Amino acid sequence: MRSTRTPGPRSVSRFPPPWPSERNDAPPDHQETAITASDPVPLRKDGTPSAGTATTAVELRGITKRFPGVVANHDINLTVRTGTVHALMGENGAGKSTLMKILYGMQKPDEGTIAINGELCEFNTPGDAIERGIGMVHQHFMLADNLTVLENVVLGGEKIHGIGAKAKAKIKEISDQYGLGVRPDALVEDLGVADRQRVEILKVLYRGAKILILDEPTAVLVPQEVDALFDNLRELKSEGVTVIFISHKLHEVLAVADAISVIRRGTTVGDADPKAVTARQLAEMMVGAELPSPESRASTVTTDEMLDVTDLRIAKTDAEGIERVVLDDISLRIHKGEILGIAGVEGNGQAELVEAIMGMLPLDGGTVTLDGKDLSGTLTRSRREAGIGYIPEDRHKHGLLLEAPLWENRILGHVTEAPNSTGVLLNPSAARVDTQRIVEEFDVRTPGIEVTAASLSGGNQQKLIIGREMSHQPKLLIAAHPTRGVDVGAQAQIWEHIRSAQREGLAVLLISADLDELIGLSDTIRVIYRGRLVADADPATVTAEDLGTAMTGAASGHIESEPEAVAEAHAVAAEGTEAEGTDPSDTADDPQAGE
Amino acid sequence: MTSPNPAAKRSLAQRISVERIVLALAAPVLAVVLSVAICSVLLATSGKNPFDAWNVMITYATKSDGQVAILNRSTTYYLAAAAAAFGFRMNLFNIGVEGQYKVAALFAAYIGAQVDLPAFIQIPLLLVTAMLVGGLYASIAGLLKVFRGVSEVISTIMLNAIAIAIVGLLLVPGIFAPKVSGTSNSIQTEPISRSSHFFAIQTDGGPLWGFIFIAVLVGVVFQFVLTRTRFGFDLRATGRSESAATASGVNVKRMIVISMVVSGAIAGLIGMPELLQNSFYYGQTFQPGLGFLGISIALLGRNSPIGMAFSALLFAFLDATGAQLPTQGGFPAEIVSVMEGTIVICVVVAYELVRRYGLTRQQKKVGEQLAAQLAAAEKKEVSA
Repeated sequence: MRSTRTPGPRSVSRFPPPWPSERNDAPPDHQETAITASDPVPLRKDGTPSAGTATTAVELRGITKRFPGVVANHDINLTVRTGTVHALMGENGAGKSTLMKILYGMQKPDEGTIAINGELCEFNTPGDAIERGIGMVHQHFMLADNLTVLENVVLGGEKIHGIGAKAKAKIKEISDQYGLGVRPDALVEDLGVADRQRVEILKVLYRGAKILILDEPTAVLVPQEVDALFDNLRELKSEGVTVIFISHKLHEVLAVADAISVIRRGTTVGDADPKAVTARQLAEMMVGAELPSPESRASTVTTDEMLDVTDLRIAKTDAEGIERVVLDDISLRIHKGEILGIAGVEGNGQAELVEAIMGMLPLDGGTVTLDGKDLSGTLTRSRREAGIGYIPEDRHKHGLLLEAPLWENRILGHVTEAPNSTGVLLNPSAARVDTQRIVEEFDVRTPGIEVTAASLSGGNQQKLIIGREMSHQPKLLIAAHPTRGVDVGAQAQIWEHIRSAQREGLAVLLISADLDELIGLSDTIRVIYRGRLVADADPATVTAEDLGTAMTGAASGHIESEPEAVAEAHAVAAEGTEAEGTDPSDTADDPQAGE
Repeated sequence: MTSPNPAAKRSLAQRISVERIVLALAAPVLAVVLSVAICSVLLATSGKNPFDAWNVMITYATKSDGQVAILNRSTTYYLAAAAAAFGFRMNLFNIGVEGQYKVAALFAAYIGAQVDLPAFIQIPLLLVTAMLVGGLYASIAGLLKVFRGVSEVISTIMLNAIAIAIVGLLLVPGIFAPKVSGTSNSIQTEPISRSSHFFAIQTDGGPLWGFIFIAVLVGVVFQFVLTRTRFGFDLRATGRSESAATASGVNVKRMIVISMVVSGAIAGLIGMPELLQNSFYYGQTFQPGLGFLGISIALLGRNSPIGMAFSALLFAFLDATGAQLPTQGGFPAEIVSVMEGTIVICVVVAYELVRRYGLTRQQKKVGEQLAAQLAAAEKKEVSA
């Protein structure tokens, strides 16, 4: 542990421009930045740094990690220079976390080498990685609330500087050195989220880390806290600390990173220079060009009402007796043949809305009517029997019996319906036959229907669920994040299934964090914010940026974007598209968003 | 991607299930072997020849009176295991089988002594009484869990203690026990009426309890309900994943109460073979600990009706033949308890290992098969 301030090898970056920096923003009118096949300048495929002769802190070569049935990482190459902030980007499920677990010694790679500061190493436990100066700040903090900051920091590291005055002095020294502003005697339970994060960072620095892995550190922070965190990161790198910053938020990465590596479907698809690359180019690297284009279909919306939700209200009383309103004044209507998309930052009541319609949460007010039949107050089973198909957000938790064979999973949720049962008796042979039909019709890749659901890949599990839900003449299909954690091939199939459901006259309630999926599939979009539907939009006349603004609560009412912006977004969607529109800062430069 | 040939599919399904059977058998066999080894070492260190001890046990089991004793014991054990297993299948840990069967047996014994109807009414009446009392007593734990969030583990343990108090309170002269105690010092209910006696098959080794057929019937119904009915599917689904069951429309709260009651009702039957076939009264001589033994047997039998039949026989064999050890060669009878304990511990560990191994193995296999299919498909395309 270094106690004196020595300038890092890249001390130039000590006073970086204030964030958000001007240089990288990619407002929709910057036509010249749109990537073309002949313009690969900012993208390097070889994974080696083009500029700077600084030493390499981390070098991963050919990392491959297989899990049963899936390859989580395949031939990953990553070079991180000392004293830089290196962003690792990729969608959920792209393999970022697995890679970082490998680097932190939590998992062993099947193939490939890890070199730290030029030395080849092999990590068997996180302890080995810590010894090499690697520290990890997890997305979910690992702090004991009832202990002080000092106690939390020394916990497990008692041998380094003791647990008394010496340790406290050391903490203060580190805190001052990197501008963390941590008070050693404060109780952790009194600290806010941002302070806790700084304690976590201090914890790993205290253990001598020179290479810091931050796993989605901004996910829990508000914008001001993000700015403060980025200041801390700049301070850290100016002191020679290397930071690996995992994120899928384009603008944050562009604001803070010195180098960017993008992972898609378990492999590195390229490196980018944040000075030269635009948000859109990054998005294309992240998702490829696989999203549906909004124009390629005719409207199937009818005037027949299928689902009518009025004045839904759910309030929970927490431990302190304070009433927290989860859903308030929710009214929505879906017609036959209509897809209604719900946009919103996660945790704003989407999950509760679905559970309320499914009858899994008791209502405090309001009604749910399906095809003229009042369902409020009925149990989940009778709602399913009434014709609600459900693709749950977390298929492992709510959609499948992982250790049961596929044909039993085909029965799940429809045990009272043909062909699964006659009267009170099950009909396993009919269920087996029908499972075989689903497997064939919905292209579920499996060697048979007797294997457990756990042995299928995410996409095939999802196809099985969709096949099951579509097999009972549903009137309403609730699809919550239907393509989350699903490979790209299955993604397109799932979209097609949802579209064909729509063509068959189903009402579809689509909930997604992927705004392009929402815009691409929906006929109408509603925005949920803090348990209320605050805005609506027509997917044909709105951009992901403007939807993003509404999702932060900054806009309400009917949202319509500038026609040029929409046209441009559509043009981009035609060849490739942007995955990231949920970032509140995306629309900071667009005063037109939402009136 | 799947083979269109049904014969091929069938054979694949069979292969997987054969492997599953092997995996399922490996664990208990290993556990028994290991515990025999441990007990042999224990016996050897205490200066006894372990082989002599095993010889005593096996010799007794080859004799007809030994066999009848084993079968009679296993009847009771099987019912105890079934009671525990019914809860286990839904992830409900009914530790209260012990208390439930005691209270149930007490009430059945009392009714049996008070009422004297023709056998074909009397016996069903007593069985129903026992099941009702057991079920009602178990329902307390179920209702507490559903309405107050009390873990059934805690509440059933406490209800066991309360059951002992209830028995102590009711089994006093003037209430459930006759006022004038006879020559015996022990307090017990009056003998049940003659018509309450269950039939027994006379064999060379003594009477074989007819209640074994009831036990078999319980096993058959258990299996049928679980695998062939909607209720059973809901129950298994809840046991595998409560959240998925809720989302699928299972009323989990109702299921908890129902399965607790069913578990208690089966527990009510545990005391019946002893009451209707052997002692004919409820008293302090009634074997304690059957509920806990049932949990062990259910664990060893993996909560499956057939598995539990074997494990009930194994435990009955150990207990029945172990009773011979002190009289024939002065071996300590406790060695049997050690064996039972080590079997259960080994088997719990082994099952979990086998379960994880089986799961990853299958995932790997599926991955390989899919890769092979894909490769084959590509080859075909190339050649075409």
